[in-house]
Amino acid sequence: MAIELRNVQKAFGEFPAVHGVSFKVSDGELLALLGPSGSGKTTVLRMIAGLEMPDAGDIFIRGQRVNHTPVQRRNIGFVFQNYALFTTMNVFRNIAFGLKVRRWRRGAIETRVEELLELLGLQGLGERYPHQLSGGQRQRVAIARALASKPDLLLLDEPFGAVDARIRQELREWLVRLHSGLRVTTLFVTHDQEEAMEVSKRIAIFSQGRLEQIGAPREVYEQPSNEFVARFIGVLNVLELQVREGLARCEEVCFPGLAAREGDRLRVGFRPHAVTLSSDLRALRYRARIRHAFFLGIIMRLELELPSGLTIRARMSQEEYVQYGLREGQTVSFGIRRYRLLAPDGTLGPEVEAG
Amino acid sequence: MATRRTERMSRGRASRRGSEEQRWVRWSLTAVALGFALVFLLVPLANVFVQALAKGARFYLAALAHPDSWAATKLTLILAVIAVPLNLLFGLAAAWCIARFQFPGKALLVTIIDLPFSVSPVVSGLMFVLLFGAQSWLGGWLEGKGIRIIFAVPGMALVTLFVTLPFVARELIPVLQARGSEQEQAALTLGASGWQTFWHVTLPSVKWALLYGVILCNARAMGEFGAVSVVSGRITGLTDTMPLRVEKLYNEYNGTAAFAVASLLALLALVTLAVKTLLEWRQAREFQRIESGAGKTPLSPIGSGASSAPRL
Repeated sequence: MAIELRNVQKAFGEFPAVHGVSFKVSDGELLALLGPSGSGKTTVLRMIAGLEMPDAGDIFIRGQRVNHTPVQRRNIGFVFQNYALFTTMNVFRNIAFGLKVRRWRRGAIETRVEELLELLGLQGLGERYPHQLSGGQRQRVAIARALASKPDLLLLDEPFGAVDARIRQELREWLVRLHSGLRVTTLFVTHDQEEAMEVSKRIAIFSQGRLEQIGAPREVYEQPSNEFVARFIGVLNVLELQVREGLARCEEVCFPGLAAREGDRLRVGFRPHAVTLSSDLRALRYRARIRHAFFLGIIMRLELELPSGLTIRARMSQEEYVQYGLREGQTVSFGIRRYRLLAPDGTLGPEVEAG
Repeated sequence: MATRRTERMSRGRASRRGSEEQRWVRWSLTAVALGFALVFLLVPLANVFVQALAKGARFYLAALAHPDSWAATKLTLILAVIAVPLNLLFGLAAAWCIARFQFPGKALLVTIIDLPFSVSPVVSGLMFVLLFGAQSWLGGWLEGKGIRIIFAVPGMALVTLFVTLPFVARELIPVLQARGSEQEQAALTLGASGWQTFWHVTLPSVKWALLYGVILCNARAMGEFGAVSVVSGRITGLTDTMPLRVEKLYNEYNGTAAFAVASLLALLALVTLAVKTLLEWRQAREFQRIESGAGKTPLSPIGSGASSAPRL
């Protein structure tokens, strides 16, 4: 087990940044720490690095308790959000810094730095200074610098936040390739759920200092453990229901199969792709008008407006949209195939399959 | 038709006149500013050198070599050699604390650092006389041990330290605050100790601000009059610094010699100004390089040269 956290807590003054977080990371794994701002994910990363100390709980790296081990002795590589390159040193000396401090021989340092320059596509840039590099190049120098002394862990704090969108995509793919080649246990923090889903094999989702769920991208998407995760990963339609005559309904739409008493108020959640549509107004149970249709490449994102004024988000492939001859403003019939009860305490009921 | 043409012409003339008038205003304002600087700054400064050499170069050199003047010069240098390094260390330490740490009394420390600026130099000197003078508890006790503070070099050194205290700190604090501590954190993650981080990462990044602070500190240390005058006792040949010597020579109706010593101080001022300008220019250039850096070079293809199986 490369990393293990047990019930780690950290507060900054009055503000409880991290509450009772526990999880394990296997050797060589690529794990994303995902969550909105202030969710504690960066604090957890920094505690693993040793830049912050936990108030309570234990952190183990390779089986050793490191709560009070200073950051210099943890043998980690850390990549900061804004790179934190040494502005008074050129690229070569930036990358060599960790080796110089660890008293490597001069020849060994040169070999290692050349190796890294080649690995990260920075050949010929050794003499340049950080201010003479583009954003993507600076990011790669930061990663090279972190990898120089062959650390046990690679920790990245929102590594692609400060880079152009187009380059971000390239860098994501490149990071995945790099990791599969190096096999260094890697943790990275992001607030972008798409990035987490694309890059990592497992995602740890944080909210308000707690770990909400940890699992593979498919797992957290299809089986979210609570409402927060369901809303954070992907899109969730949420409707308020009232139970009348034994049936839970929201205006004209009924949701059978939910355990409830007469007069109860409930909330239900369902994914856009659980909504089936047909241009044939008699094919499915309810009616709606396509208020907006957004073209997103191979997917069409649809905003449906019900006669009562409710909005439901639906999704279908571009092909189907064209095949059914659908258009904005058109009235269609729809049904909701799968949905789950959203309990007041944030947990989710079992998935209900309806016709 | 004719009226329209004349209209256009007169409008043109008016607009030309408008810009000409503006130019005239600009030139006259510039002339006033330059004239002011000339009359109140340059002419008096040049006059110092003119007066110093009024009795010829030999007299000039003799005046400077006079044992009392030479003693004054040496004392000034000693005070500078004591005050500048100590305030350099203090400035570094204080700036580091203030920019990097949170602690109770931080605001107080910042205020205290600015204190020597707001206190009149004579009052500063008097403060030390009251604190260490023979009548005070502390002074009496020290005198009993044979240690003379006031009316002796130690007192002058203390006072010089006091009045030059803020210079280095005030230059460093904004620079350190603006830079943030991320580079230092990065150095720590790479295995550097606190000292190594400070020496290799922090110091190089504040070198211009540091030098600038040292230059200012030095200029003030050498040129201070009021505070040192109160504390020194004015014993010729023993506790006179160059500024005090200048005043003494002038009061003894030896104007030319006074101007000779003063010319050394004026020279110091000019050298300080030149170094200051050079440092400002270099810092601005470096800043400009950093600001305009991004996007200068095209992005090289990622992974170019990296084989499909990267080796660690």
